[in-house]
Amino acid sequence: MRNLINFIKKHHFFFIFLALQTIAFIMMVQSNHYHRSIWVNSANKLTGQLYKNYANIEEYFYLKNINKKLIQENKALIEQTPYSFLKTDQQTFHINDTIYKRQYTYINADIINNSVNRRNNYITINKGSLHGVERDMGVITPMGVIGIVKDVSPNFSSVISLLHMDTRISAKIKKNGHLGTILWDAPNYRKVTMKHIPLHVEVQTGDTIITSGYSKIFPEGINIGTISDYKIRRGENFLTIKVELFEDFNKVRNVHVVNNIYRQEQKELEVRSTTQPVFW
Amino acid sequence: MKLDQLPSPYFGNFIFNQMQKSTLNYIGRFFIIVIIQIFVLNNIQISGYINPFFYVFLILILPFNIPKYLLLVVAFLLGITIDMFSNTAGMHASATVFMAFLRPGVIYLTSIKKEFEPKTFPGFHNMDASWIATYSIIMIFCHHTLLFFLEVFSFNEFLSTIWRSLLSSLVTFSLVFIGFMLESRPQKR
Repeated sequence: MRNLINFIKKHHFFFIFLALQTIAFIMMVQSNHYHRSIWVNSANKLTGQLYKNYANIEEYFYLKNINKKLIQENKALIEQTPYSFLKTDQQTFHINDTIYKRQYTYINADIINNSVNRRNNYITINKGSLHGVERDMGVITPMGVIGIVKDVSPNFSSVISLLHMDTRISAKIKKNGHLGTILWDAPNYRKVTMKHIPLHVEVQTGDTIITSGYSKIFPEGINIGTISDYKIRRGENFLTIKVELFEDFNKVRNVHVVNNIYRQEQKELEVRSTTQPVFW
Repeated sequence: MKLDQLPSPYFGNFIFNQMQKSTLNYIGRFFIIVIIQIFVLNNIQISGYINPFFYVFLILILPFNIPKYLLLVVAFLLGITIDMFSNTAGMHASATVFMAFLRPGVIYLTSIKKEFEPKTFPGFHNMDASWIATYSIIMIFCHHTLLFFLEVFSFNEFLSTIWRSLLSSLVTFSLVFIGFMLESRPQKR
C-alpha cells in the first residue's frame, strides 16, 4: 500500500493529468449524447447574463439593419391585409374560422451569442422556458431557417445552428415539390448542401428551396435559399446541390421560435405506428 | 535525519512568498485574457474558419518553477472557462491540460539553461527571441492540433484538419508574440 502511495506521489504530475483529461472527456461525451447537457454551456446563469449585457451594447450597431428589415416585413404584411385588395365582387364570402385551426405559434427572441466559424456552431437566444420555449422547437427568421433548440434554462436557450455537422433539415424544391435533405458541410457559412434529390428531377440554378413541413419542427414553406450549383457525383443516384442561403448567419439578430401545437400528438402517433407490430 | 525526510520547504514557501504579488497578477491576467478571448477573438474569423486561441498565452507565461500540479489545475480552469462561453464542453479543457502537461518537457528540451530562479517567467528579459518562438510554436501547435481533432472527432478529414490547425497556430503565435512583447516592457517598481 505504501509503495503504491509512493508511486502515485512520485508520478503525481502524470496522474493528475490523466484525471483531468478523463473529466474533460466525460464532459465531451456527455454533451454529445445527452441533450440535457451539463452546466458547461452558454445557457447557464453566469455566462448567459454576461452575453446578454454584451449583446445589449452590441445591439446599437445593428439598429439600422433591423429597422430596414422591419420596414420590409411591414410592407409585406400590409400587402396581405384586406385593405390592400380591391373588392371586385359585391357578394361577400364567408370565412368560417373553424376551418382554420391554428397550428403554429411564434415567440420573438434576440440572438445574444452566435458563431459561424466553427465546425459545430451554436446560438444562444434570450428567451427560455419562462417564455414558453421548449426543446426541439424550430428557430426561424422571415428569410430562413436558423436552427433547432437544444437546451433551455429559465431565461435563455441554446440553439443548434443550421451550421452544425449534425443538422439535417427536410426541404423541398419549391417549383416541383421534390423532397431532399439540407445539411452543412463546412467551411462556407453562406452555402449548404442539399442531398437525396433523384437524378431525373430537373433543377436549375436560381430555384428556390423551402422547408417541407414534414419534420414536425418547421412549418411548410419557410424560405431557405436558392440553388447556386448542382452536379452529379460519379456512381451516385442523387444530385448534389449547393444552396446559397438567403439569411446571412453572421448578421442575424432577431428570430422567431416556432411552436408546433400538434407536435406531441404527431410524434406519439408516429412512434406508436412504427413500434407496434402490424398484422394483416 | 535523512535529507529527504526533512519537511519540504518547497510547497509552503512557494505559496507563502508568491501569494502576495504575483498570484494576484496572474489572477488579473486570467480574467483579462478570458475576456479578450471571448468577446474579441471568438468573433474574429479570417478566411473561412481560422480562429485564434490567444488564451493559451496564460499557460506560456506561468513561472518556470510553478508546482506541476498547480500548472495542470490552472490549465483545466482556464480551459473549462473558455468551454463555458463557447459551448464546447470539455474540448478546450482537454487541449489546454494536454499542453500544460507537455510544458515542462518542452522547456527542458529547448532551453540550454536547466535551472531557473524562482519567480522568473518566460519573457524577453531572460530568454532570447528565438527560444521564445520555438517554445511557443511547439506548445501552440500541439494545443491546436488536439483541439481541432477533438472538434471534428474523426480522422476522415485528416489533411484539412492539420492544415487548419497549422494556419490557426500561426495566427495565435503572432498574437502570443505581441503578448510577450507587452509583458516584457520595463516595469516601474
